[in-house]
Amino acid sequence: MTPAYAQGQLVRVSLRNQAGHVRTPRYLRGRVGRVARICGAYPDPERLAQGELGIPYRMLYRVAFPQRELWPGYAGAAADDLVADLYEHWLEPKDGT
Amino acid sequence: MSSTHEHSTRDHPGHDHTGHSHSEPEAHEREPDPEIVLRERALRELLIEKGIFTADDIRRAMETMEARSPAMGARVVARAWTDPAFKTALLAHANSAVTQFGVNMGVAELTVVENTAELHNMIVCTLCSCYPRALLGIPPSWYKAKAYRSRAVRDPRGVLAEFGTVLPAEVAVRVHDSTADLRFMVLPRRPDGTEGWSAEALERLVTRDSLIGVTTARAVDGACD
Repeated sequence: MTPAYAQGQLVRVSLRNQAGHVRTPRYLRGRVGRVARICGAYPDPERLAQGELGIPYRMLYRVAFPQRELWPGYAGAAADDLVADLYEHWLEPKDGT
Repeated sequence: MSSTHEHSTRDHPGHDHTGHSHSEPEAHEREPDPEIVLRERALRELLIEKGIFTADDIRRAMETMEARSPAMGARVVARAWTDPAFKTALLAHANSAVTQFGVNMGVAELTVVENTAELHNMIVCTLCSCYPRALLGIPPSWYKAKAYRSRAVRDPRGVLAEFGTVLPAEVAVRVHDSTADLRFMVLPRRPDGTEGWSAEALERLVTRDSLIGVTTARAVDGACD
């Protein structure tokens, strides 16, 4: 399985509602982050939760978000960030990159 | 839009991030739901009856789970502080590095994140309570509480201060939200004044909370920092 996104690339988290065992926190949906690491392919948790085998596997990425872009009025340092692990089917290319 | 939202939160209430009601006790503070207790018992008895596993298998699994503790994480950290090759291996491939300590992470991928003079890491699981249990045992109750899970991501420095950890602005704070298959442990900074200490002595400076990243390792009396 070839990753669709490269390390260092900007990606946008899909802004959608979806019922079921979704591992994409709402506070990150629609936000832009940078791929920090490509973790490899893992069983799809949404399908695992249905009692299936998790096929197709989904590429998993560590994506870093600057805190100041996540929270209006964030009072910490400019360099503070948050890293979350997100599956490829929840990521989109950032417009214009 | 709002009806879609309501629908989806009803389908997975454990993953709801809005509308926290603080008048209700946290999940870990409540008595277990009698219906869930009954369902667990029915399922367990059925699986034993069908020979899928035995009562002793369950007992042993619980014993193993409860035997794990942050002391194992402290041993791993002390080794990393005293053995540069082990530290490199731990940061690159933690799952295989910790097998030397008899720890089998199973399908979870242990990821060790290193605190430095410029970076402080802290761990949370906003969606549930993911934690490297195979290595550190059962997480503290506050780790599972909605207050920690919701506040650690949006006000990490405020939460750290409540744990007595006040970091200068020059030190960046990185929050790791354990949303998927990775499980995290912080490699705290080795305290000043511990040059030449044995791994056994260093272990005692590594607390559970320092492995989650809400504190630093224990300082040594008489050291400047």
